[in-house]
Amino acid sequence: MYSFKYQLAKSVADASAFVAKNSDAKLLAGGQSLIATMKLRLSQPSDLVDLGALAELRGIKVAGNTVTIGAMTRHAEVAASAEVKKAIPALASLAWSIGDRQVRNMGTIGGSVAHNDPAADYPSAVLALDATVTTNKRKIAADQFFKGMYETALEPGEIITSVSFPCPKRAAYMKFKNPASRYAIVGVFVADTGKAVRVAVTGAAPCVFRVAEMEKALSAKFAPESVASIAVPEKGLNSDLHAKADYRAHLITVMAKRAVAAAL
Amino acid sequence: MTVKVSMSVNGKPVSGEVEERTLLVSFIRETLRLTGTHVGCDTAQCGACTVVMDGRAVKSCNMLAMQAEGAELVTIEGIAEPDGTLHPMQEAFRQHHGLQCGFCTPGMVISAIDLLKNTPNPTEREIREQLDGNLCRCTGYHNIVKAIAAAAQTGGGVLRR
Ligand SMILES: Cc1cc2nc3c(=O)[nH]c(=O)nc-3n(C[C@H](O)[C@H](O)[C@H](O)COP(=O)(O)OP(=O)(O)OC[C@H]3O[C@@H](n4cnc5c(N)ncnc54)[C@H](O)[C@@H]3O)c2cc1C
Ligand code: FES
Ligand code: FES
Repeated sequence: MYSFKYQLAKSVADASAFVAKNSDAKLLAGGQSLIATMKLRLSQPSDLVDLGALAELRGIKVAGNTVTIGAMTRHAEVAASAEVKKAIPALASLAWSIGDRQVRNMGTIGGSVAHNDPAADYPSAVLALDATVTTNKRKIAADQFFKGMYETALEPGEIITSVSFPCPKRAAYMKFKNPASRYAIVGVFVADTGKAVRVAVTGAAPCVFRVAEMEKALSAKFAPESVASIAVPEKGLNSDLHAKADYRAHLITVMAKRAVAAAL
Repeated sequence: MTVKVSMSVNGKPVSGEVEERTLLVSFIRETLRLTGTHVGCDTAQCGACTVVMDGRAVKSCNMLAMQAEGAELVTIEGIAEPDGTLHPMQEAFRQHHGLQCGFCTPGMVISAIDLLKNTPNPTEREIREQLDGNLCRCTGYHNIVKAIAAAAQTGGGVLRR
């Protein structure tokens, strides 16, 4: 790992101002993605600004029809939360499926969403549930947030403070795991809000995406057979040693069917 | 540049001057000379470096020592009784031959304690699924799973500290 300067942020405003001014500085949340990339020397920040002591970024609130999760809330906390299990069980089980117990004990929702790894789980829930990402500057709708591989709408120095999920009528997440890393080879999150159905796919392409054709079919009839013959074209899907593009395309339909069945 | 880092390890306050990029596992092994915490992969895959930080099992190879500033840590050296009586999880691993070469064992034992703390009466399947952060290069999983199931009956999910 290259050397860097470390500081513990005293407030969101200080951390934001420092990172905005120092273009090579980076925020540190759980470090479960960032430390690994720094060890591989794929990332060389000049400074790390640790958000670990900011209690206001941690915690889960349910108000009315919305679950709001603080950016520094760890995966294990979301997975174990009785409130999340009751309001959006699919979200709790998604959090439980991330990595392993040690990773879930450190990794945070804010870090995962900001990092936008193509195979990460949370982005699919944010997009399918039409969540809102709140930062220290503004609120960003899920459809505007994820921009590409490891790319988001976040501006330099912008810090995610929380993510708010409207409670769906029914929802489920199905993930075909890479057995070694537990990341999604393909993960499909299906959410029926009561007004509309949204289908988000992670792991399959450089960035999480929605499948309009499946959404339309499921809005007409919310049943596994509605998506059984809808195939996402393999062009543009990831092809690597874990799975070729045609296999990923096949898995999207299979995982979508299973997710609908699980949501029923 | 070095910085001072302080924490409690196995009930004792410790501190050291470290480079800011020092990983927690290096601080534990090289500065504190507590070499029971192992480095298997150094890439957050194998769990050999697992320690308990503020009550949660974490991989000490995938975090900075500075992230543990002010925290309470428990390593494999800190789980037995002061008179040497083994922790129920260690005893179960001994009774059920839950180790072969022993390299993965410190991490397995620490993770297994965390597992039982969160799932006090796991089924065999739950044990296997929830041990996914730890790899045994000797593939001695059957007896590891047996040991954890047995420890569920003997207080294996409780830490003295
Ligand atoms: C062995 C292993 C297995 C894993 N398996 C999975 C898996 O199956 N599924 C999965 O989804 N993930 C997986 N992960 C990744 C894990 O979920 C990470 O915790 C997550 O991707 C990043 O969260 P973090 O808190 O660790 O962020 P960090 O690593 O600290 O930060 C990641 C990035 O986000 C930025 N950032 C962090 N917080 C904020 C914020 N509040 N506002 C703005 N920017 C911010 C940082 O600057 C950095 O660029 C795995 C990781 C490991 C080590
Ligand atoms: S050495 Fe830390 S997980 Fe392998
Ligand atoms: S006992 Fe040898 S690695 Fe597990």
